[in-house]
Amino acid sequence: MPNSPLTPGIVPARLSAEALARNFADHEPPFDLHEARVAADRCYFCHDAPCMAACPTTIDIPLFIRQIATGTPEAAAKTIWSQNILGGICARVCPTETLCEEACVREAAEGKPVEIGRLQRFATDTAMAKEVHPFSRSPSTGKRVAVVGAGPAGLACAHRLAMKGHEVTVFERRPKAGGLNEYGIASYKATGGFAAHEVDWLLSIGGITLRTGVELGRDITLDALRGEYDAVFLGLGLQGVNALRAEGEEKEGVRNAVDFIAELRQAPDLGALPVGRDVVVIGGGMTAVDAAVQSKLLGAENVTIVYRRGQDRMSASTHEQDHAVQAGVRIIHNAAPLRVLGNGRVEAVEFAYTEDGPGGLTLLPETFRLKADQVFKAIGQTLTGAPDGIRPEGGKIALTPAKVWAGGDCRAGGEDLTVTAVAEGRDAAEAIHAHLTAA
Amino acid sequence: MADLTSNFIGIKSPNPFWLASAPPTDKQYNVERAFEAGWGGVVWKTLGAEGPPIVNVSGPRYGAIWGADRRLLGLNNIELITDRPLEVNLREIKEVKRKWRDRALVISLMVPCEEDYWKAILKAIEDTEADGVELNFGCPHGMAERGMGSAVGQVPEYIEMVTRWVKQYSRMPCIVKLTPNVTSILPPAMAANRGGADAVSLINTIKSITNVDLDNFSPFPMIDGKGSHGGYCGPAVKPIALNMVGEIARHEETRGLPISGIGGVTTWRDAAEFLAMGAGNVQVCTAAMTYGFKVVQEMITGLSQYLDEKQMRLDQLVGRAVPNFVEWQHLNLNYVTKAQINQEECIKCGRCYAACEDTSHQAIAMSPERVFSVKDEDCVACNLCVNVCPVENCITMVPMAKGALDPRTGRPVGDFADWTTHPNNPMAVQAAE
Ligand SMILES: Cc1cc2nc3c(=O)[nH]c(=O)nc-3n(C[C@H](O)[C@H](O)[C@H](O)COP(=O)(O)OP(=O)(O)OC[C@H]3O[C@@H](n4cnc5c(N)ncnc54)[C@H](O)[C@@H]3O)c2cc1C
Ligand SMILES: Cc1cc2nc3c(=O)[nH]c(=O)nc-3n(C[C@H](O)[C@H](O)[C@H](O)COP(=O)(O)O)c2cc1C
Ligand code: SF4
Ligand code: SF4
Ligand code: SF4
Repeated sequence: MPNSPLTPGIVPARLSAEALARNFADHEPPFDLHEARVAADRCYFCHDAPCMAACPTTIDIPLFIRQIATGTPEAAAKTIWSQNILGGICARVCPTETLCEEACVREAAEGKPVEIGRLQRFATDTAMAKEVHPFSRSPSTGKRVAVVGAGPAGLACAHRLAMKGHEVTVFERRPKAGGLNEYGIASYKATGGFAAHEVDWLLSIGGITLRTGVELGRDITLDALRGEYDAVFLGLGLQGVNALRAEGEEKEGVRNAVDFIAELRQAPDLGALPVGRDVVVIGGGMTAVDAAVQSKLLGAENVTIVYRRGQDRMSASTHEQDHAVQAGVRIIHNAAPLRVLGNGRVEAVEFAYTEDGPGGLTLLPETFRLKADQVFKAIGQTLTGAPDGIRPEGGKIALTPAKVWAGGDCRAGGEDLTVTAVAEGRDAAEAIHAHLTAA
Repeated sequence: MADLTSNFIGIKSPNPFWLASAPPTDKQYNVERAFEAGWGGVVWKTLGAEGPPIVNVSGPRYGAIWGADRRLLGLNNIELITDRPLEVNLREIKEVKRKWRDRALVISLMVPCEEDYWKAILKAIEDTEADGVELNFGCPHGMAERGMGSAVGQVPEYIEMVTRWVKQYSRMPCIVKLTPNVTSILPPAMAANRGGADAVSLINTIKSITNVDLDNFSPFPMIDGKGSHGGYCGPAVKPIALNMVGEIARHEETRGLPISGIGGVTTWRDAAEFLAMGAGNVQVCTAAMTYGFKVVQEMITGLSQYLDEKQMRLDQLVGRAVPNFVEWQHLNLNYVTKAQINQEECIKCGRCYAACEDTSHQAIAMSPERVFSVKDEDCVACNLCVNVCPVENCITMVPMAKGALDPRTGRPVGDFADWTTHPNNPMAVQAAE
């Protein structure tokens, strides 16, 4: 008897291979030419466009949309990439509803913004299919830069530096480059191995040596890098996960959502990936939503997100929340975990209702229990293993020693988004370039 | 990136996109911002003779035609030439040219049709270091009533005479800007050529009334209850301009006369079409007035990508379509195509059916399941269905191979044969004898 959503425990193959393939297909299929034309036609080519200001990488949105409208998506892609070299993945994962599309004047006018993200994907997909790298390198400067972390921040930094003629070595502790593009982003947002393909495409500019399986702090030190290279960029992301601080969180069946997601992203066969029947996800951000939705898509019967504050405080956008609800996920607000119950392995979680007042969050006396055979912790990632010589402030890197720059999730300021990491990596590269070419 | 550097009658500019003489080029502030945005050159807003400046209306100057989603398709204006003092314009022109050596700066002129006026104005602009002059024989409103603009442009003898004066009193390259408000564009172009013009530019605006105010019973733009005709420009006039440019480019007497193409250029594609039809560069007004100076960036990247894809230099594009611009009598009457509907693309709206059944050749069949298909035996290949179908490339015109039997005529597709040799043409029979 094969497994089904009703099979108790954490088991693989709750759904047929076909159902899994369907569930994990591209959740927002790409535009075809006609759709792209119609969508592009809606753009007003605004002056000093608000959408552009709302894009952390400041892509010239009106220009690239006009380039699509006039039948030159390749030129559009170049407009995108000149600001955001990871415009392909950003087109898929950016919460556009809180960025460019929220600012679009047609959102204000009609509640229907120009579909900037999907148009960006149309342009970058079209141009990437040509398999030619759009940029070439400036003559060699003879300068060498170390980039630690091959996530969006590190890759954007490395690319811009290579373009300026510097020699770049990227150190990455994981076996593959891409950071959370490869190990974190929901799989239905970046199907078909897109993240890995984009990394290869990015690296094809040349001048970038990628060294995977090398960890700063274990295999190399910051001091050594500072000695050996003319500059160092840290794009470490956030490698730690916050604890629930609920009794019994060490029980079997309780897991970090990011680890589950990373495993899912790397699974060669989704049918072999075990998931619970009653899954409880604790948290309110994108990680919580992604863990919950993907559990549901794997065939879990009941999936519940429990967030300790009200809906308006959730960092997952309303669009993401709607997406979760549509996938069949239940979202409970204003409840905090008290203890994980079960004999060695989780059987249920007990929550207290909360009240979010001016004095902070208070637990109310009333409690409830949710049946659970799998619990995912998704209450935020933290910076761990900050290299010697760097003292994080507020959990992030604010100040860096001479010759060292930082960007992306590990750096203080900015939202923890792919596009923000790209912007910070790119800007750090410009700062490094200015530093290296001064005097 | 293809090299877009342009050399038009010896005037160099980093790209072939110039702003036409109009409000966008009215003053130093505009022109410098246009250059910053990337425009290759400008033709300064038309200057008039010394003396009290022109006076414009202080009510609406524009009428417009919109497409769906309020897209501006046609613009009509009743603005006159510059209303700023001559010396202010001259000072600014000089300053701009000093600062922007690599850009083209041409001065547009319009003074009364008397030799002394032209002599004086040419003298006045002599030390601005501008790259050339454009003679505005085009404005169809206001100035025409005063014997200038299109009033000159409609009389070939005047065009020739004034052009001669200009060539006599100035060493600057001279572009003659033509009005489309004529029955044929050829006599004015020939006159400019005879007068010694280095180039012609066209088109200026077309006499028009965009709409009538149905409450006040006045044409629009309405000034205190009255309206007058204006000059029409923008995307709507492009087809008219393209034809006129092509006619000059192919005519034996004017062939080789450089042309600056104007009229509805909005995208790189429009520009490329003008170039292919024989224009050496293009001028733009309405697109900039609708979208701002930045619109040139799309023209630059688009034309450059096109040239790269075609592996063509800019000068190789110029005039490339001219040999294929022929008169009707030279079209191959034995060329047979048939409309073909791609059933996968078809959304079953039935517009092709309505168009063909009601107004054309009853060549589309409609089944009870709303399947639309072409009846080859009735299809004359007019392509009306292609043009009304909302789905791009859903209906295509498929050429029939030579020798294949055309089910409509029952005859095999033959070799090239045009009207000049057609049996139904009485002249053809004569010629054959
Ligand atoms: C589950 C999940 C879903 C998300 N979904 C979205 C989304 O849909 N849209 C969106 O915009 N953002 C999303 N985000 C956020 C986004 O992924 C991050 O903001 C972004 O990846 C940050 O980029 P980064 O380069 O700073 O860090 P990362 O992507 O984390 O990359 C850091 C890299 O550094 C490496 N590294 C770390 N320490 C060392 C070391 N000591 N030595 C060598 N290498 C090291 C890591 O292995 C990693 O490859 C999501 C995040 C998560 C966790
Ligand atoms: C408001 C307005 C004012 C114009 N003024 C002039 C002018 O002073 N001199 C001139 O030669 N053409 C003038 N034109 C015509 C333009 O230069 C151009 O020939 C015409 O608008 C067609 O180009 P377009 O379709 O790109 O607008 C004017 C056009 C407009 C819209
Ligand atoms: S705000 Fe909207 S309409 Fe305006 S330029 Fe941006 S995408 Fe286009
Ligand atoms: S465009 Fe400017 S000058 Fe013209 S009416 Fe509007 S506000 Fe006035
Ligand atoms: S007009 Fe086009 S889409 Fe509509 S029925 Fe005809 S072929 Fe189909």
